[in-house]
Amino acid sequence: MFHFVLRRLASAVPTLFIVVTISFFLMRFAPGGPFNLERPLPPATMENLMKAYHLDQPLWNQYLQYLKNAVTGDFGPSYIYKDNTIAELIGKGLPYSVELGFYALLLALIGGVTVGTIAALRQNSFLDFLIMSVATIGVTVPNFVVGPVLTLIFAVLLSLLPAGGWGDGSWRFLLLPMIALALPQLAVFARLTRGSMIEGLHTDHIRTARAYGLPPRTVIITHAMRGALLPVVSYLAPCAAALLTGSAVVETIFTIPGVGRYFVLGAINRDYTLVMGTVVLVAIFVIVFNLVVDILYGLLDPRVRHD
Amino acid sequence: MMSVKFNLRTAILLGTLMLAASPALAEAVLHRGNSGEPNTLDQSQTSIDIEAFIVKDLYEGLTIYDASGKIVPGAAESWKVSDDGTVYTFKLRDKANWSDGTPVTAEDFAFSYRRIEDPKTAAKYANILYPIKNAEKVNKGEIPTDQLGVKAVDAKTLEVTLERATPFFLELLAHQTALPVNKASLEKNGAEFVKPGKLVSNGAFKLLEHVPNDHLTAGKNPEYWDAASVKLDKVIFYPTEDDAAALRRFEAKEMDIVFNFSADQIARLRKTFGDEVHISPRLGTYYYAFDSRTEPFNDVRVRNALSMAIDRDFLANEIYSGAQLPAYSVVAPGIATYGEPEKPAFASMSQLDRDDKAIALMKEAGYGEGGKPLNIEIRYNTNANHERIATAVADNWKKTFGANVTLMNLDVSSHYAYLQEGGKFNVARAGWIADYADAETFLALNMSSNKTFNYGHYSNPEYDALMKQSYDERDPVARSKIMHQAEALLARDQPVTTLMNSANLWLIAGKIKGWVDNAPNEHLSKYLSLAE
Repeated sequence: MFHFVLRRLASAVPTLFIVVTISFFLMRFAPGGPFNLERPLPPATMENLMKAYHLDQPLWNQYLQYLKNAVTGDFGPSYIYKDNTIAELIGKGLPYSVELGFYALLLALIGGVTVGTIAALRQNSFLDFLIMSVATIGVTVPNFVVGPVLTLIFAVLLSLLPAGGWGDGSWRFLLLPMIALALPQLAVFARLTRGSMIEGLHTDHIRTARAYGLPPRTVIITHAMRGALLPVVSYLAPCAAALLTGSAVVETIFTIPGVGRYFVLGAINRDYTLVMGTVVLVAIFVIVFNLVVDILYGLLDPRVRHD
Repeated sequence: MMSVKFNLRTAILLGTLMLAASPALAEAVLHRGNSGEPNTLDQSQTSIDIEAFIVKDLYEGLTIYDASGKIVPGAAESWKVSDDGTVYTFKLRDKANWSDGTPVTAEDFAFSYRRIEDPKTAAKYANILYPIKNAEKVNKGEIPTDQLGVKAVDAKTLEVTLERATPFFLELLAHQTALPVNKASLEKNGAEFVKPGKLVSNGAFKLLEHVPNDHLTAGKNPEYWDAASVKLDKVIFYPTEDDAAALRRFEAKEMDIVFNFSADQIARLRKTFGDEVHISPRLGTYYYAFDSRTEPFNDVRVRNALSMAIDRDFLANEIYSGAQLPAYSVVAPGIATYGEPEKPAFASMSQLDRDDKAIALMKEAGYGEGGKPLNIEIRYNTNANHERIATAVADNWKKTFGANVTLMNLDVSSHYAYLQEGGKFNVARAGWIADYADAETFLALNMSSNKTFNYGHYSNPEYDALMKQSYDERDPVARSKIMHQAEALLARDQPVTTLMNSANLWLIAGKIKGWVDNAPNEHLSKYLSLAE
């Protein structure tokens, strides 16, 4: 187990290197640059800026410099948000995104598995039909629709909750963005759970367990659930990485000061260092959660245990 | 003994809390929507309006805009101008202090202006202060910063020498780039001087808190020379970049002011909020440039015909729902020193008459139905409104000339990078917002020496000569006349076709007092108050 984790962490280094290299050059080959604004800058000013940010140097030189700095944890200054370094921007925003994303993940996971299990147990009933219809809508309605609708109802019409902002970070401010963020994922978890649960309930070992007269709760929770959770767990990694690194849409709609918006703003503004910072951030989250999921897999399924 | 002490402590705590709470209840707090997160609070680096609104509340330049958008004395209480208009001597206010209590000195301003022009600072708007003697050379790194034409005569007297008389120099000094920095704080904190707790400012407000993408709180600055007339205790800026989200927060009464909203909301907002919706003309133009290097756009008849066939009323009223105003001139109206801009002759004709004339002109040039095929590609930066405008213009040209029009859009960086680097095109969208209220800001765009902004590479020696003459003319009336002659050439040649003038869009809650709409779009919070 220990060797397995160690080996996986070691293999993360070349992965990160490849991700950084590809993104660095892809970003640079996009037309325009961080200082090509709607209101163009005079040539002398442009020259001063390029010099100040070392963008006047050969590309390979900039690449090597970036790698060298990145290794020491220096991801450079933001070209657009000039008062901050990339580390500061992400450092300030990430706690907000992680907190909101974590609650959303919990809601999606617990809610999705519960609802999916209920639907599976009542397969083809009205309840099953209802849950799966709502889940389908949940997957298909984007959160830029859900978010505004929620604020219109709860903030503008009923004046129960704030329309946006982080405020004091209490549940009143987090509730609506959390729901908007969790809903599509909750629906995915529900569908996954239902599918594999139905399949699991028809396997031989469940039939045997039932024949032995084990109580239904034991059969479902200890035996059926264990197998049914495997696809859920494998979806957990990309889902957690996506939710915890914030959503540009939800953060913009609810004015949440997280890092989600930087993915979009960085790319649009050609804020090279910010794009690189967000790419590295997501890569790390994906690598870590894939590892966590592989370990969880082993716990659920002895056949893939990493001894 | 222990319990007595504890109770005493509790009582003191409770008492303090109550004392602290009572004035807090009476605090006048303005919740000001600001449509985006400032990229920086460093005056040398700012370039956009949402930053200007914040830094102009924090800092005060030598001159400022009053509530109606007119230039009035700021940190300088008075000034003298030499007879030839090249030397300005500013007298700073005796009571002008920084938020840390130290006096604002002439050296602070001299230092700040040198910092702007220092090539190492890489200030985006360094060219705003180019009229100052040697500024351009300093900024290009040709001579050291101490050669800049600014001098602290004594602690409260600043002398600024210009390259040549610049009639709009006092307006330039009210630009956010010309705001002073606190030398001591900058030297002590370096790039960190913009952070709460470190930022020292001389304006009506001081920085209290800044949570990027959530809010920025500025509190009344008791050291400000005019603190007695500042009625707000706090201004909280909200960077709601999503228009719809900002409207919802206004509707939920979480914000008192919204800056910018999408045009398709105007009708609904007027119905819901009535007088709280403020729409006023702005010093900005929305135009299409023709590439005068490529056929057939090098033909003045083709350019005129295309320009005439565009139904500007439809664009402004239907697509922008009145959030833009139909326009024909290169210079935006509303500049006091310039008066009414020069329009092309067809501006006074009806759209039907224009179409007839346009068809005749196009025929004369040998294009369109019965002539050579007319293929046009319109380039614009990706944006829903720009796309609708391009679609409508394409429709005008198809219907009038049977032209084959295609649309091509790129994201904003790529679009302008292409144009600035001299990329060839047919027709391209662009916009221009004036940084100072002088016609020169619009006219300079079409000079052949303007390598960056003259996208269509219009080159007319007569125009260039008139512009040069206008720079050398010291009499404001004569200068205005020369610029009118120059603009008349643009109206005749149509190197660009102006479609619309932009408007300032604001939602101002009824309880806000002291708000005045103005074309320069200058709104210092120090003029605002809340009705109880």
